[in-house]
Amino acid sequence: MKILVPIKRVPDYDTRIRVKPDGSGIVTEGVKFSMNPFDAIAVEEAIRIKERLPGAEITALSIGTEESVETLRVALAMGADRAIRVAIDADMDSLAIAKVLAAVYHREKPHMVLMGKQAIDDDSNQAGQMLAGLLGVPQATFVSKIEMGQDGATALCSRETDAGIEKVQVRMPAVITTDLRLNEPRYVSLPGIMKAKKKPVEELTPSALSVDCVSRTRVLSMEAPARRKAGLRVKSLDELIDRLKTEAKVL
Amino acid sequence: MRKTLVLIEHTQGQLRQTSLHALGAASELAAVEGGTTEALVMGHGVGAVVDALRSLGCARIWAVDHPQLADLTADRCADVIAQTVKATEPSFVLAAASTFSKDLLPRAAALLDAGMISDVVGLKKEGDETVFKRVQFAGNVISTVQLSGALKFLTIRPSAFPMANRNATQSEVQDFPWQPAANVTWTQVVSREERVEGRPDATEARIVVSGGRAFKNSEDFERVVGGLADALGAAVGSSRALVDAGITPNSLQIGQTGKVVAPELYIALGISGAIQHMAGMKDSKVIVAVNKDPDAPVFEAADYGLVADVYETIPEWTRRIKGS
Repeated sequence: MKILVPIKRVPDYDTRIRVKPDGSGIVTEGVKFSMNPFDAIAVEEAIRIKERLPGAEITALSIGTEESVETLRVALAMGADRAIRVAIDADMDSLAIAKVLAAVYHREKPHMVLMGKQAIDDDSNQAGQMLAGLLGVPQATFVSKIEMGQDGATALCSRETDAGIEKVQVRMPAVITTDLRLNEPRYVSLPGIMKAKKKPVEELTPSALSVDCVSRTRVLSMEAPARRKAGLRVKSLDELIDRLKTEAKVL
Repeated sequence: MRKTLVLIEHTQGQLRQTSLHALGAASELAAVEGGTTEALVMGHGVGAVVDALRSLGCARIWAVDHPQLADLTADRCADVIAQTVKATEPSFVLAAASTFSKDLLPRAAALLDAGMISDVVGLKKEGDETVFKRVQFAGNVISTVQLSGALKFLTIRPSAFPMANRNATQSEVQDFPWQPAANVTWTQVVSREERVEGRPDATEARIVVSGGRAFKNSEDFERVVGGLADALGAAVGSSRALVDAGITPNSLQIGQTGKVVAPELYIALGISGAIQHMAGMKDSKVIVAVNKDPDAPVFEAADYGLVADVYETIPEWTRRIKGS
């Protein structure tokens, strides 16, 4: 069983994001970067599947600059077996990324693609679904539980929807995207880090994969949203109810 | 003639209110781009949904009523959208951002080799081009984005666009003959666990009562937060902390990775106000925060803040509503 886990290097979850004064992007100096939290959940789940199905192989894949190798090393330290970086310098939109992922998929022929439902920088929530569409394979998105079938040919996935939990049965190969409640990713251990140094990281380029990765979307500018002004501290429940009725007129 | 195809969402035979906002966004798009709006309704037994749509200003309603669409899985729906788009050639495909459209719209866009923008909160003409404003980085950044190509996909935040107006003209309804491929194994839905009936969905309610870390277990949450919500006829929401702790189900989560809501009144009870939570509710018209901690960040965004213990204050509020 081969599992492909695409991961992205993003500004850390805890970082305060600030827009550059000229609106050309966000301030990255002094900002800590980490693996996208949803992708860390995907790596963790792949490791847990491997623990139950010995012989499985986990390949972590990142599309990005040289620095994304650091993020791949984290995945290797957690327990992935090998890594691939597709070298790009410019920002790519979800469709372009999905095309690169599809090209790597055809080269690697995994049984399953496990990836985060969204990257917390772009927040688009598109790439996994687009990949599944390009490949013509089933998808299960926003997944909070995966129960692999006996032979590994199917997976019963619990999906988090607006209405509640939906369980779907998907046939492999499939694309599964992770939600927060799927698992809690392990911390990397020192032996893990030592082992990761010896694991292979292969370098590829979009041209070597013969992918057209022209983005259809282009970010023209960025701005900080208008801040809400702090309102009034009321002294009692009576005052609160009164003001909601007579001032705000919402009760 | 430019056309926008709006994907309509329905649940248990009812048109979802978020789709009315999608139709509202489509008319804003028509105002800057010109052209008309058409609606696409998929499912099995969608007659009532189609009827509910007829006076909402669509030039045409495409109905795809098929037994194989009893379960609206992404693989089926993306195939329907791809076939409809090829036959009717719209310039835009648009839907309200929900777990339903987030699941299937990117898949359909990929089938048609079209670019897509998620979570649009505004649009305007700049020179010859329409540009879109969208939210990213957990609500910390509003970006202005251009989208190229003959076909464009968009999801819109319902809270950012008004609902479509009703008018006297009845839209023309036309069946679209979907041809499902013969040898495909569609994804099988095994079960569905719906939320407690009788309470509105937080994305559609006029008032949302939401609870955070102050609540120590499900019973307290239900009694205090649920109690006030029911007395006000409101929806219930929760912070991520409670979902992570297993106190509330995920379907209640408000925030960056949960639901984004903008009701007339948002009542935050015992919620500290983490940025990820604020990203999901800061566009509400009036925000009330009740928290024991006078330094909780939620007070920075609240129109009315009350420093108090929610366990004491809120049951009292509920009693007064019931007593009046």
